[in-house]
Amino acid sequence: MSRYAVILFALWVVVLAATPFFAENYVVRAAIVIAMYSTMALSWNVIGGFAGYPSLATAAFVGLGSYVGAVSQVNGVPMVLAWALATLVVALVSLAIGALLLRLKGHYFAIGSIVLVELFRLIASSWSSVTGGGNGLNVPLLRWEPDDVGLFILMVMLALMILAFAMNVVVKNTRLGFGLQCIRQNEDAADMVGVNTTKYKVAGFMLSTILCGTVGAVYASWVGYIDPSESFQILLTLKVAVMALLGGAGTLLGPVVGAATFVILEEVVWVNFLSWNRAILGVLIVFLIFFLPNGILRTGAFSFLRSDGASGSKRA
Amino acid sequence: MDIAQLVVNGLALGALYACMAVGFSLVWGVLNVINMLHGSFIILGGYLAYFAWSYWGVHPLLALPFVGVGLFALGYGLQFFLVNKVVRAPVLTTLTLTFGLDMILYNLMTVYFSATPRRIRLDLGSFEIFGVFMPADRLIGMLLALALTAILYYVMRTSKVGRAIVAVRMDQVAAQLMGIRVNSIYAITFGIGAMMAGLAGVILVLVFPTTTSVAGVYLGKAFVVCVIGGLGSVPGALIGGLVLGVVESFAAHYFGPQNALVVGFLLLLFLLLVKPTGLVGVRGYE
Repeated sequence: MSRYAVILFALWVVVLAATPFFAENYVVRAAIVIAMYSTMALSWNVIGGFAGYPSLATAAFVGLGSYVGAVSQVNGVPMVLAWALATLVVALVSLAIGALLLRLKGHYFAIGSIVLVELFRLIASSWSSVTGGGNGLNVPLLRWEPDDVGLFILMVMLALMILAFAMNVVVKNTRLGFGLQCIRQNEDAADMVGVNTTKYKVAGFMLSTILCGTVGAVYASWVGYIDPSESFQILLTLKVAVMALLGGAGTLLGPVVGAATFVILEEVVWVNFLSWNRAILGVLIVFLIFFLPNGILRTGAFSFLRSDGASGSKRA
Repeated sequence: MDIAQLVVNGLALGALYACMAVGFSLVWGVLNVINMLHGSFIILGGYLAYFAWSYWGVHPLLALPFVGVGLFALGYGLQFFLVNKVVRAPVLTTLTLTFGLDMILYNLMTVYFSATPRRIRLDLGSFEIFGVFMPADRLIGMLLALALTAILYYVMRTSKVGRAIVAVRMDQVAAQLMGIRVNSIYAITFGIGAMMAGLAGVILVLVFPTTTSVAGVYLGKAFVVCVIGGLGSVPGALIGGLVLGVVESFAAHYFGPQNALVVGFLLLLFLLLVKPTGLVGVRGYE
């Protein structure tokens, strides 16, 4: 059982949820960002971790979610309904794109998925009648007390993070996760013994994007303004993959640990080295590749979690 | 604007794209690494030529060999000391590593060179043949790009190192058995990739204003050229570059310059799905 992982995750959610009651706004903001990135990294884990497909399309679907949410809110759709709509649109788009893109493997899949981010960005900036083009789009702000807005957005992001974690637990312990892990180990062999690889991969890809769409829409409502170059960033796409790798791709807690560690490091770097932040994050990434190639959770200190980290393949 | 003009514009642009992408294509084809640093190498080459020109009055053509040697050394060093250690890891690892290195290089360039768009203006005027209009600097850029690509092709065909690179691309294990030091060939290939990017950057700064923030755009072009032309071969990159140049030139005319890039990326996705070996690629080389 993944009992330890679930308990630790629950404790972490409680800590994050309690921040508005004991810490200042800056910390609450950081908690929201942590929950947001955890959701994305956990989502990425389904395709990148379990199936081992190097998907770099995260930012494309986060941005798409932002835009669908923002455009429908501007046109009078109530906020929560706009979030649901964004989720639905992202699910359908990723189903259609996944069915095409997942016929590719390795490098070609990586390039195809990263190009989606650029393609969506270009479409968002040239389709100005709907998206406002390069000027961006103002989203109706929540007209509450600032503290209430922070609390509300934090709870929503935490709910999404819990959903993403639950999705990982379910996927890991069902046929889908087993199939995806078979695909990671040897796709041809998986195909040979009767795993419907295309169906599994498309399902995995879709699951890895749905909550990204919701996160994007909620983020747009939170910050109140979106534009193409902020919404569709290659940097975001790689950051999410790096977070999952940092914690340990293919484990349940890895993406959560990675996202929290990365966001905290990033904050420290931003505060102390404003003009060098990009280079320092680059150094961190290089360091990660050489010294933590399997992630924090697969180092010796966390061996008690590892037994359930690898047991997915023994079940089912 | 008539068709001849669009084609000529496209070919001028395409020659530059070919020169830009040929190094990326070699690195991908031979090392199986998606080099996210490539865009920044292009910009670095352009900046070095620009500063040599503006501070010491060095003519860009004179700066060309020095930029080439400098970028080769940088690429060789990066591959020898860093990328070689993980070169056989899954694509995500090498892609992330080169992206991390790119973040460092990008940051160094924005801090030391600032992000102001820069261009070397040689004021050579322009001319017209058969009703086709062409600025002279652009023509020189095109010829230079074609010449550099041709030299690379010649070197790859005739030199011992060039043959060794091709051998490693075809079959790494067999190459090793024939006594080729694969890691050293990898470093040389990465060096050549960086060198071609830097040289393309010098040409670029003669033709367009160049700044760090467009590094990603040129990286994107390299993706498209590689997928059109197939990986790891000089003629493939040349054809890919010219095709993309002409396609973009027509797309910019009919759908607006903003959408030229969209058409390029759609072409990439389409080709990936129907013919991932590229238009002139050979099966088994992917």
